[in-house]
Amino acid sequence: MDDTLQAVVRATPALEIAPFAVRVRRIVQRVASQFVRNVMPPLVTLAILIGIWEIACSSPTASLPPPTKVVSDTWQLITQPFFDGGGINKGLFWHIFASVKRVALGYMLAAVAGIAFGVLVGSSKLAMRALDPLFQVLRTIPPLAWLPLSLAAFRDGQPSAIFVIFITAIWPIIINTAVGIRNIPMDYQNVARVLRLNKLEYFAQIMLPAAAPFIFTGLRIGIGLSWLAIVAAEMLIGGVGIGFFIWDAWNSSLISDIILALIYVGIIGFLLDRAIALLGRLVTRGTAST
Amino acid sequence: MTDNYVVIEGVHKTFGAGDSASEVLRDISLTMRKGEFVSLIGHSGCGKSTLLNIVAGLIPASQGHVFIENREVTEPGPDRAVVFQNHSLLPWLTVYQNVKLAVDKVFGSTKSAAERHEWTLRNLELVHMEHALAKRPAEISGGMKQRVGIARALAMSPKVLLLDEPFGALDALTRAHLQDQVMQINAELGNTVMMITHDVEEAVLLSDRIVMMTNGPAARIGGICDVKLARPRQRLELLNDVTYASCRATVLEFLHKRHRYVEAA
Repeated sequence: MDDTLQAVVRATPALEIAPFAVRVRRIVQRVASQFVRNVMPPLVTLAILIGIWEIACSSPTASLPPPTKVVSDTWQLITQPFFDGGGINKGLFWHIFASVKRVALGYMLAAVAGIAFGVLVGSSKLAMRALDPLFQVLRTIPPLAWLPLSLAAFRDGQPSAIFVIFITAIWPIIINTAVGIRNIPMDYQNVARVLRLNKLEYFAQIMLPAAAPFIFTGLRIGIGLSWLAIVAAEMLIGGVGIGFFIWDAWNSSLISDIILALIYVGIIGFLLDRAIALLGRLVTRGTAST
Repeated sequence: MTDNYVVIEGVHKTFGAGDSASEVLRDISLTMRKGEFVSLIGHSGCGKSTLLNIVAGLIPASQGHVFIENREVTEPGPDRAVVFQNHSLLPWLTVYQNVKLAVDKVFGSTKSAAERHEWTLRNLELVHMEHALAKRPAEISGGMKQRVGIARALAMSPKVLLLDEPFGALDALTRAHLQDQVMQINAELGNTVMMITHDVEEAVLLSDRIVMMTNGPAARIGGICDVKLARPRQRLELLNDVTYASCRATVLEFLHKRHRYVEAA
């Protein structure tokens, strides 16, 4: 007891002299070790791949440009993302913004409708028998196959693209929500019955939180599929959007522009996926383990 | 009136129909006094849980009736609070919120918000869980979860407290600790309790009467053991008590001699 007390007394001055410097050094060390562990490996892989690409495409007869040429060709696009020359002559930011806006709209609609249908199919045996077989057939239709039909129905590119996103994203949301609702443990239902929760309270207090991890699995698959579908859909409908930008670049043989756009598409898709995953983690905090 | 506080009258229960029908309970009749602590004991599969669920109103009896204070049980309700074997706390709510949910639902129209808050805290203090209000069920031990489950049930101010093997999943020391707490709480509040257990010592220690069920299928009440031990009871002092020993012997003999557990073929 006495020894430890003395040890503490002896140790205290040192702590008082340099607490700030020590703390800063610890934080720097932690960030550095995190960096080495998590960020370095993909960066090294990337560097190797770019190196191989550079070597493979550096001959004058190569059909694709090497990375150095991509950068020099597209330097204007990279440095002026907010450029707006009217019509479809815009910087990449505006194209991506238009695509994300379409996805956001179609995806929101799909989330609302998908969760609603999922709840219905998950909680009613009759609804499940009536709807599930239809869903199972409809969900196998490729997203782009809906486009001509929706163009015929809406007679306009914009709502058609949004509809394609909607119809692409809705199936995984419906199916996962329904599974989540069906898997609500009997115990929770019993708790609700003992407490005499009404339908609305049961929905808000038990059903949604219990099914939330499943719902977010569906939402995450949905956002990925939406982003896959929008690029293809925009190639066909034209106008401002990253999909048509790529198609337009192909028609003008601007291969470097295509490559830059693909990189942006990949990064945005990754960010969308992460955003939904983060939202899911925040909302379903604590529900994973019992 | 208070002698017939809980009346179980000729309850039969058969699951399924036709060839696949299996009779679980046959002609169960039992009355409980107000404030009485009754244990149901029997081998697993004898239908004790089914009987408790019928009293809770969670499943309907095939025949017969259950009355609480002369009112027939037709559906589940907070006047028959259940403590489930696996606690069934809602994992997305904190300890406080789990109890508060019940308090808000039961007393939403009769108590003010401040009173409901007070009452939630009061019940969590009763099970000594006031230190973990903001914790989620995943962050506390099994024994603590069960204590919160008990607090949630007590917070409903039930006419009958139904305990479905409340300590079954806990280690022996935690179990003993919780048994003491339940005895203490019961001395304070005087609840009417029906508890399912398969632990003979637990039954004798806690109960006023032990209802012994025969083996299923078609389980009946095979015997009732009156536990005439004064309260408060101390588990260590009871070790050499003659009444305790004889009650224990009665139940053990019933379970292991007259109605030995039969392996399902």
